[in-house]
Amino acid sequence: MTTEHWLGFVTGILFGFFLQKGRVLRFDKQIGAMLFKDMTILKFMLSAILVGSVGITLLAQQGIITPNHKSMNLGAVLLGGALFGTGWGIMGFCPGTSVGAVGEGRWHAIFAILGMMAGAALYAELYPFFKTTVLAWKDLGKIGLPQLIGVSPWIVVGLLWIVSLGLFAWFEKKGI
Amino acid sequence: MLPKPQDGWSPYIAGALVGLLAIASALATTKLLGKTNYLGASTTFVRAAGLVENVVSPEHVASNEYFRKEKVKVEWQFMLILGVFFGALLSSLTDKSFKLESVPPTWERRFGPSIGKRALGAFVGGVIAMVGARMADGCPSGHGLSGMMQLSASAFLALPMFFLFGIIVAHVIYGRR
Repeated sequence: MTTEHWLGFVTGILFGFFLQKGRVLRFDKQIGAMLFKDMTILKFMLSAILVGSVGITLLAQQGIITPNHKSMNLGAVLLGGALFGTGWGIMGFCPGTSVGAVGEGRWHAIFAILGMMAGAALYAELYPFFKTTVLAWKDLGKIGLPQLIGVSPWIVVGLLWIVSLGLFAWFEKKGI
Repeated sequence: MLPKPQDGWSPYIAGALVGLLAIASALATTKLLGKTNYLGASTTFVRAAGLVENVVSPEHVASNEYFRKEKVKVEWQFMLILGVFFGALLSSLTDKSFKLESVPPTWERRFGPSIGKRALGAFVGGVIAMVGARMADGCPSGHGLSGMMQLSASAFLALPMFFLFGIIVAHVIYGRR
């Protein structure tokens, strides 16, 4: 194994450890959030985003790390996002959590993993078709929201904090 | 009110630790690999599918445009996802939350204890979700965590779409009592 492999592996072990400790790998937690009964996964995700956004914005501003935005390709993100949400609502796992779920013994996630591998293979076959249709509709490029709307990144980070803390207060008040 | 030990850690604390991990990982990959890598998961499923297809027909994989674009090989993110498996295994074994589960409780209340039905649901959901994730170029890790942390415009559209359709579908399927 190379440095690249070891670095990915060790980072993954820590990622999986924290995902498991936060109890977000479970089907019932993921479907529970969609049914507004248990917001654990949202508390976890937003906490990660709040902490991460401050550090990543700071490091990117200093030129220490390079941002790697995914394309704001409107058709692809809208239709792909809708398809992903639909499949997620049925299987109750996302790609990263399915693998972690098997790690904590929830072995039915293996069927989700097999389905997702089949889906990836299917996408590879359909890619030439998508490339000339949904992917070709309107691409705004690899851009950050602050550049797109012309504000400082810290305004966006600040708004994320305000909205998330408000949501946290509401979740705790409701006991969900 | 403190949670019981088997309830794990507060999701706020565990999530914040993932935020710190994401920052450390961005720094470490930049310094050690010369390129900033961000946490993600769904591209690994493309590479895994390509590796399986390679066994059957390497010519087909070599000629497929999408496999050529994403490069079928075991790289950083592939190892990251393998690591997630071992991290979850280590955490669940050491705090005794490891549990062999064939059908989750919410599923069983709606569809009964049949493993076959659960397998079919997970598989079909998986196919739909991964076609969507590849089209959108990311999943709740790549868009949801990494995209949001970088304030990517695409993440602010993808994450609400994931949840909006997840909420609709989950209510239709599991919402009935």
